Amino acid sequence: MTTTTTAPRPAFLDETETDRKVCIICSKGTLDMAYPGLVLANAALGEGIETNIFFTFWGLDMIATKRMGNLKATPVGNTAMHMPQAIGPLPGMTAMATRMMKKEIAKLGFPEIPEFLRTLVDSGAHLWACKMSVDMMKLDMDDLFEGVEGIIGASEFMEMSAGAQIIFV
Amino acid sequence: MTTTTIGGRDVHVDGEGFMTDPTEWAEELVPALAKQAGIDETTPDHWVVIRFLREDFAVQGETPTLRRISTVAGVPTKRLFELFPKKPGKKMAFVAGLPKPQGCI
Repeated sequence: MTTTTTAPRPAFLDETETDRKVCIICSKGTLDMAYPGLVLANAALGEGIETNIFFTFWGLDMIATKRMGNLKATPVGNTAMHMPQAIGPLPGMTAMATRMMKKEIAKLGFPEIPEFLRTLVDSGAHLWACKMSVDMMKLDMDDLFEGVEGIIGASEFMEMSAGAQIIFV
Repeated sequence: MTTTTIGGRDVHVDGEGFMTDPTEWAEELVPALAKQAGIDETTPDHWVVIRFLREDFAVQGETPTLRRISTVAGVPTKRLFELFPKKPGKKMAFVAGLPKPQGCI
Protein backbone atom coordinates (compact mmCIF):
# COMPACT_ATOMS: atom_id res chain seq x y z
CA MET A 1 0.00 0.00 0.00
CA THR A 2 1.23 3.48 -0.81
CA THR A 3 0.74 6.46 1.43
CA THR A 4 1.75 10.02 0.81
CA THR A 5 2.94 12.43 3.42
CA THR A 6 3.11 16.15 2.77
CA ALA A 7 5.40 17.26 5.60
CA PRO A 8 8.19 14.70 5.40
CA ARG A 9 10.86 14.70 8.02
CA PRO A 10 13.50 11.99 8.21
CA ALA A 11 12.89 9.97 11.36
CA PHE A 12 16.58 9.83 12.27
CA LEU A 13 16.66 13.60 12.63
CA ASP A 14 14.17 13.60 15.45
CA GLU A 15 16.95 12.37 17.72
CA THR A 16 19.62 14.70 16.38
CA GLU A 17 19.82 16.61 19.63
CA THR A 18 20.45 13.50 21.70
CA ASP A 19 21.65 13.83 25.27
CA ARG A 20 22.84 10.24 25.16
CA LYS A 21 26.37 9.76 26.52
CA VAL A 22 28.66 6.79 26.22
CA CYS A 23 31.78 6.00 28.26
CA ILE A 24 33.98 3.22 27.01
CA ILE A 25 36.61 1.66 29.26
CA CYS A 26 39.52 0.07 27.39
CA SER A 27 41.40 -2.23 29.76
CA LYS A 28 43.20 -4.61 27.42
CA GLY A 29 46.49 -4.19 25.60
CA THR A 30 46.23 -6.87 22.95
CA LEU A 31 45.62 -6.04 19.31
CA ASP A 32 42.38 -8.04 19.13
CA MET A 33 40.90 -6.42 22.23
CA ALA A 34 41.94 -2.90 21.24
CA TYR A 35 39.47 -2.77 18.36
CA PRO A 36 36.04 -3.45 19.95
CA GLY A 37 36.07 -0.32 22.13
CA LEU A 38 37.30 1.89 19.31
CA VAL A 39 34.77 0.54 16.80
CA LEU A 40 31.93 1.20 19.25
CA ALA A 41 33.28 4.68 19.97
CA ASN A 42 33.37 5.38 16.26
CA ALA A 43 29.77 4.24 15.86
CA ALA A 44 28.62 6.36 18.83
CA LEU A 45 30.32 9.48 17.45
CA GLY A 46 28.66 8.93 14.08
CA GLU A 47 25.30 9.03 15.86
CA GLY A 48 26.05 12.34 17.53
CA ILE A 49 26.57 10.72 20.94
CA GLU A 50 29.01 12.32 23.40
CA THR A 51 31.82 9.80 23.75
CA ASN A 52 34.53 9.50 26.40
CA ILE A 53 37.12 6.73 26.28
CA PHE A 54 39.03 5.80 29.44
CA PHE A 55 42.22 3.78 29.09
CA THR A 56 43.18 1.75 32.13
CA PHE A 57 45.66 -0.97 33.04
CA TRP A 58 46.87 -2.81 29.94
CA GLY A 59 44.60 -0.61 27.86
CA LEU A 60 47.12 2.15 28.50
CA ASP A 61 49.31 0.52 25.85
CA MET A 62 46.73 1.68 23.31
CA ILE A 63 47.67 5.32 24.00
CA ALA A 64 51.33 4.97 25.02
CA THR A 65 53.18 6.41 22.02
CA LYS A 66 55.99 3.86 22.26
CA ARG A 67 53.59 0.90 22.27
CA MET A 68 50.35 1.85 20.52
CA GLY A 69 51.62 0.99 17.05
CA ASN A 70 53.00 -2.32 18.17
CA LEU A 71 50.15 -4.14 19.97
CA LYS A 72 50.17 -7.90 19.56
CA ALA A 73 47.68 -10.72 19.23
CA THR A 74 48.59 -14.01 20.86
CA PRO A 75 47.13 -17.51 20.52
CA VAL A 76 48.20 -18.26 24.13
CA GLY A 77 45.13 -19.05 26.19
CA ASN A 78 42.84 -18.13 23.33
CA THR A 79 40.82 -21.15 22.23
CA ALA A 80 39.09 -19.05 19.56
CA MET A 81 42.30 -19.13 17.54
CA HIS A 82 41.43 -22.76 16.85
CA MET A 83 44.82 -24.39 17.17
CA PRO A 84 46.17 -26.90 19.69
CA GLN A 85 46.91 -25.01 22.91
CA ALA A 86 50.43 -26.46 23.15
CA ILE A 87 51.49 -24.67 19.94
CA GLY A 88 50.55 -21.19 21.18
CA PRO A 89 53.59 -20.57 23.42
CA LEU A 90 56.15 -21.70 20.81
CA PRO A 91 58.65 -19.03 19.70
CA GLY A 92 57.36 -16.91 16.82
CA MET A 93 53.69 -17.82 17.26
CA THR A 94 52.68 -14.45 18.72
CA ALA A 95 54.48 -12.62 15.93
CA MET A 96 52.75 -14.80 13.38
CA ALA A 97 49.30 -14.35 14.93
CA THR A 98 49.88 -10.58 15.07
CA ARG A 99 50.95 -10.45 11.44
CA MET A 100 47.92 -12.45 10.34
CA MET A 101 45.50 -10.34 12.33
CA LYS A 102 46.99 -7.08 11.05
CA LYS A 103 46.60 -8.37 7.52
CA GLU A 104 42.95 -9.28 8.04
CA ILE A 105 42.20 -5.93 9.71
CA ALA A 106 43.84 -4.05 6.83
CA LYS A 107 41.82 -6.12 4.34
CA LEU A 108 38.62 -4.87 5.98
CA GLY A 109 39.83 -1.31 5.53
CA PHE A 110 40.20 -0.71 9.27
CA PRO A 111 42.98 1.67 10.33
CA GLU A 112 45.82 0.73 12.66
CA ILE A 113 45.42 1.87 16.27
CA PRO A 114 47.24 5.25 16.13
CA GLU A 115 45.36 6.32 12.99
CA PHE A 116 42.10 5.02 14.46
CA LEU A 117 42.58 7.15 17.59
CA ARG A 118 43.36 10.19 15.46
CA THR A 119 40.10 9.66 13.54
CA LEU A 120 38.14 9.32 16.79
CA VAL A 121 39.59 12.56 18.16
CA ASP A 122 38.78 14.30 14.86
CA SER A 123 35.22 12.96 15.22
CA GLY A 124 34.93 14.54 18.66
CA ALA A 125 35.94 11.76 21.08
CA HIS A 126 37.51 12.60 24.45
CA LEU A 127 40.39 10.36 25.51
CA TRP A 128 41.48 9.92 29.13
CA ALA A 129 44.28 8.00 30.80
CA CYS A 130 43.80 6.27 34.16
CA LYS A 131 45.93 7.86 36.88
CA MET A 132 46.66 4.67 38.77
CA SER A 133 47.83 2.88 35.62
CA VAL A 134 49.95 5.84 34.50
CA ASP A 135 51.62 5.94 37.93
CA MET A 136 52.14 2.20 37.98
CA MET A 137 53.77 2.19 34.54
CA LYS A 138 55.77 5.31 35.41
CA LEU A 139 54.48 7.35 32.50
CA ASP A 140 53.33 10.95 32.16
CA MET A 141 51.47 13.05 29.57
CA ASP A 142 54.61 13.28 27.41
CA ASP A 143 54.51 9.52 26.93
CA LEU A 144 50.89 9.52 25.78
CA PHE A 145 49.20 10.02 22.41
CA GLU A 146 48.72 13.74 21.73
CA GLY A 147 44.94 13.38 21.55
CA VAL A 148 44.69 12.34 25.22
CA GLU A 149 43.08 15.20 27.15
CA GLY A 150 44.25 14.31 30.61
CA ILE A 151 45.11 11.81 33.31
CA ILE A 152 42.18 11.25 35.65
CA GLY A 153 41.39 9.12 38.69
CA ALA A 154 38.51 6.73 39.22
CA SER A 155 36.36 9.29 41.03
CA GLU A 156 36.81 11.84 38.26
CA PHE A 157 35.78 9.13 35.83
CA MET A 158 32.62 8.58 37.87
CA GLU A 159 31.80 12.29 37.70
CA MET A 160 32.46 12.39 33.99
CA SER A 161 30.32 9.34 33.29
CA ALA A 162 27.26 10.55 35.18
CA GLY A 163 24.22 9.64 33.12
CA ALA A 164 26.31 7.80 30.54
CA GLN A 165 26.08 4.24 29.33
CA ILE A 166 29.32 2.50 30.30
CA ILE A 167 30.90 -0.14 28.12
CA PHE A 168 33.77 -2.13 29.62
CA VAL A 169 36.19 -3.83 27.29
CA MET B 1 6.29 1.58 0.82
CA THR B 2 5.76 5.28 1.44
CA THR B 3 6.00 8.05 -1.07
CA THR B 4 6.72 11.61 -0.18
CA THR B 5 7.19 14.87 -2.01
CA ILE B 6 10.65 16.33 -2.06
CA GLY B 7 11.47 19.37 -4.14
CA GLY B 8 8.10 19.04 -5.88
CA ARG B 9 8.79 15.46 -6.90
CA ASP B 10 7.22 12.23 -5.64
CA VAL B 11 9.82 9.78 -4.37
CA HIS B 12 9.77 6.48 -2.48
CA VAL B 13 11.20 6.48 1.03
CA ASP B 14 11.66 3.93 3.81
CA GLY B 15 10.40 4.20 7.38
CA GLU B 16 13.30 6.44 8.34
CA GLY B 17 12.86 8.80 5.40
CA PHE B 18 15.75 7.54 3.25
CA MET B 19 15.03 7.34 -0.47
CA THR B 20 14.74 3.73 -1.59
CA ASP B 21 15.19 4.13 -5.34
CA PRO B 22 18.52 5.71 -6.29
CA THR B 23 17.21 6.41 -9.79
CA GLU B 24 14.58 8.78 -8.40
CA TRP B 25 17.32 11.05 -7.05
CA ALA B 26 18.55 14.03 -9.02
CA GLU B 27 20.94 16.86 -8.21
CA GLU B 28 18.00 19.30 -8.23
CA LEU B 29 16.63 17.57 -5.15
CA VAL B 30 19.77 18.24 -3.09
CA PRO B 31 18.83 21.68 -1.69
CA ALA B 32 15.45 20.38 -0.49
CA LEU B 33 16.95 17.18 0.97
CA ALA B 34 19.74 19.14 2.65
CA LYS B 35 17.25 21.53 4.21
CA GLN B 36 15.35 18.60 5.69
CA ALA B 37 18.61 17.30 7.13
CA GLY B 38 19.17 20.67 8.78
CA ILE B 39 21.73 21.94 6.28
CA ASP B 40 20.68 25.36 5.04
CA GLU B 41 23.39 25.91 2.48
CA THR B 42 25.08 23.33 0.28
CA THR B 43 28.65 24.48 -0.32
CA PRO B 44 31.09 23.14 -2.93
CA ASP B 45 32.54 20.90 -0.20
CA HIS B 46 29.10 19.39 0.39
CA TRP B 47 28.91 18.68 -3.33
CA VAL B 48 32.30 16.95 -3.35
CA VAL B 49 30.98 14.54 -0.72
CA ILE B 50 27.56 14.06 -2.33
CA ARG B 51 29.01 13.36 -5.79
CA PHE B 52 31.55 10.93 -4.32
CA LEU B 53 28.77 9.08 -2.50
CA ARG B 54 26.77 8.74 -5.72
CA GLU B 55 29.74 7.59 -7.79
CA ASP B 56 30.99 5.18 -5.14
CA PHE B 57 27.54 3.68 -4.58
CA ALA B 58 27.15 3.13 -8.33
CA VAL B 59 30.38 1.11 -8.39
CA GLN B 60 30.39 -0.61 -4.98
CA GLY B 61 26.65 -1.13 -4.51
CA GLU B 62 26.77 0.18 -0.94
CA THR B 63 26.89 3.57 0.73
CA PRO B 64 30.48 4.47 1.63
CA THR B 65 31.36 4.95 5.30
CA LEU B 66 33.03 8.06 6.74
CA ARG B 67 36.39 6.31 6.69
CA ARG B 68 36.02 5.41 3.04
CA ILE B 69 35.09 9.00 2.18
CA SER B 70 38.08 10.37 4.07
CA THR B 71 40.60 7.88 2.69
CA VAL B 72 39.32 7.58 -0.89
CA ALA B 73 37.78 11.01 -1.56
CA GLY B 74 40.31 12.79 0.65
CA VAL B 75 37.83 14.82 2.73
CA PRO B 76 39.17 14.84 6.32
CA THR B 77 36.97 13.33 9.05
CA LYS B 78 36.86 16.64 10.91
CA ARG B 79 35.53 18.38 7.82
CA LEU B 80 32.83 15.72 7.35
CA PHE B 81 31.57 16.43 10.88
CA GLU B 82 31.54 20.16 10.07
CA LEU B 83 29.66 19.71 6.81
CA PHE B 84 27.11 17.23 8.16
CA PRO B 85 27.03 17.83 11.92
CA LYS B 86 26.14 15.23 14.55
CA LYS B 87 25.15 12.34 12.29
CA PRO B 88 27.37 12.77 9.25
CA GLY B 89 27.01 9.26 7.82
CA LYS B 90 23.22 9.26 7.86
CA LYS B 91 22.85 12.90 6.80
CA MET B 92 25.08 12.63 3.76
CA ALA B 93 23.42 9.38 2.67
CA PHE B 94 20.03 11.00 3.07
CA VAL B 95 21.00 14.02 0.97
CA ALA B 96 22.56 11.77 -1.69
CA GLY B 97 19.39 9.69 -1.88
CA LEU B 98 21.12 6.49 -0.73
CA PRO B 99 20.52 3.94 2.04
CA LYS B 100 22.19 4.69 5.36
CA PRO B 101 25.73 3.28 5.56
CA GLN B 102 26.03 -0.23 7.00
CA GLY B 103 29.79 -0.48 7.52
CA CYS B 104 31.25 -0.41 11.04
CA ILE B 105 33.84 2.18 10.20
